[in-house]
Amino acid sequence: MTLLYLGRRLAQAVFVLWAAFTLGYGVLYLLPSDPVEIMLAGGTSGESSATPEQVAALKAEFGLDQPLPVQYAKALWSAAHGDFGHSVQTGASVSDSILEALPETLKLTGLAFVFSLAFGLLVAFGGTYPRWPAVRQAVLAIPPLAVSLPTFWVGLMLVQVVSFQWRLLPAIGNEGFESLVLPSLTLAIPIGALIGQVLARSILTALEEPYVETARAKGAGRARIHLRHVLRNASIPAMTVAAAWAGQLLAGSVVVETVYSRSGIGRLVVDAVGTQDIPLVQGLVVLSAVAFVSVNLLVDLLYPLVDPRVTTSRAGVAA
Amino acid sequence: MTALETRAPVEAPAAAPAARGRVRRAALFLARRPGLVLSILFLAAVLLAAFFPSLFTARDPLVGVPADKLQAPSAEHLFGTDQTGRDLFARVIHGANLSLRATVIAVAVALVVGSLVGLLAGYVGGWLDDVAMRLVDVLLAIPQLLLTLAIVTVLGFGTTKVAIAVGLSTVANFARLMRAEVLRVRTAVYVEAARATGARWYSILRRHVLPNALGPIGAYAALDFGLAILAVSTLSFLGFGAEPPTPEWGSLVSTGRDYLATAWWLTTLPGLTVAATVLATNRVSRALGGGGEEHR
Repeated sequence: MTLLYLGRRLAQAVFVLWAAFTLGYGVLYLLPSDPVEIMLAGGTSGESSATPEQVAALKAEFGLDQPLPVQYAKALWSAAHGDFGHSVQTGASVSDSILEALPETLKLTGLAFVFSLAFGLLVAFGGTYPRWPAVRQAVLAIPPLAVSLPTFWVGLMLVQVVSFQWRLLPAIGNEGFESLVLPSLTLAIPIGALIGQVLARSILTALEEPYVETARAKGAGRARIHLRHVLRNASIPAMTVAAAWAGQLLAGSVVVETVYSRSGIGRLVVDAVGTQDIPLVQGLVVLSAVAFVSVNLLVDLLYPLVDPRVTTSRAGVAA
Repeated sequence: MTALETRAPVEAPAAAPAARGRVRRAALFLARRPGLVLSILFLAAVLLAAFFPSLFTARDPLVGVPADKLQAPSAEHLFGTDQTGRDLFARVIHGANLSLRATVIAVAVALVVGSLVGLLAGYVGGWLDDVAMRLVDVLLAIPQLLLTLAIVTVLGFGTTKVAIAVGLSTVANFARLMRAEVLRVRTAVYVEAARATGARWYSILRRHVLPNALGPIGAYAALDFGLAILAVSTLSFLGFGAEPPTPEWGSLVSTGRDYLATAWWLTTLPGLTVAATVLATNRVSRALGGGGEEHR
């Protein structure tokens, strides 16, 4: 039964990937604009100076001279094998460019996730645990404020104060752990606020549940109820939106890597869009779908660890 | 004539307290929410700046005095001057027009396209609904910023195109909400009654379904304004929006970035303007949307 469940989830994941590929393909290749013209213009607006022969050669290279269904089927077949073609601008393979940039972004988003989880837990706890309503309200006012600040501006403010005035951490670059701290903090502020908001809301809901009263009647302390009973139950609704956070982290890296002049996926995105490098953009869109799908699968596998009811019910069906 | 005169004195004392009561209640409502009042005042100022920039500054946002370049904020130049001696306050004020116009375009595109898709999907149902909703699911799986950037790749650069891209990338949210509303309204008795009287499907859609489904959509659109301001300014910061000499909030921050170490005001103040506008917009739209979230 578990295998069947896993198989169904995998099939869903493959469907989302296929749909994301097709959607990206539709937007990038089929819109009224001519992809070859866009690519030859290479980000500079205005007429391209390409000769008809060059246009024809490029069309042949991308298979754009063939009928549409053939083009699409070929592209899909290659993409299924991890081949998204070559970057128009650099000529490098799209998959290689992405794999090369990925480690830096994974480091950035990984640390940012740790920071945002810490920030989110602090907000959720500070907004629900203290006995003084004024404190709770003040803490709960932080997330709406934090998501209203433009990320690029927060990053620049941190650079200005921490790097230029206090001279604590490097302002730009990819060198070492120190250069990772400020970018991750910047990225963590909006996402941590979202996590805190969702967690606080579900903690407040969980506090109304009968098991809280039972625990209190049995003599459990406030802290114990909050941390052992409520937090665990409240994290389940929060986990369902984790895939959206992964997407936010990836999208946030676009801004953060630009602000801190780091290399990585985000930088690749900005460069690809700036030069209208369609194959590269297509590969990056699919990458974001891969991130979304894999986090969703991961969350599905983690559910039973957090919520024992998920396992027992499934074991019950299997037995 | 006499009848009117005899009635007037009777009515006047009754009407006055009622009106005064309403004013008092409104004043009390606002007095308990100083943040809301501040937000409304700030937004009013931003709107005025967008339409009548000359009310706020007499300086030209495009012409600088080279001798005055990179001056810190002072009474003479409220926000300081940039690298070519242009007054930053004038540039921020004149930038309001472009930033707000782009925001309105973005929200309008999302609202119109999303509502149409949701309306048709919810009302027609069947395979159209299935296809539209699967499409919405996939759109929601791709982070909004990446989706916007992918659309910008095809549309090209410039503030209007960026605004359209921002709008298109939020279509999915509107479509999903509209569909849910239509599904709720569609089964209402008045729709059934309209159908029974022989009204055509498009007039049912226009006269009965659409007006009754529009409430939550409007509230969501109000909330979307803040997000759209952020998205547009982010795209401009990344360099896909306004061309360099034109003042726009996101690109002002972006150009100020080169002088981060020496001229803090060039990034701090335009960015602060964006942040304050988003905060004020969110506060006001939460009050407009009413409901449970209002008193937070």
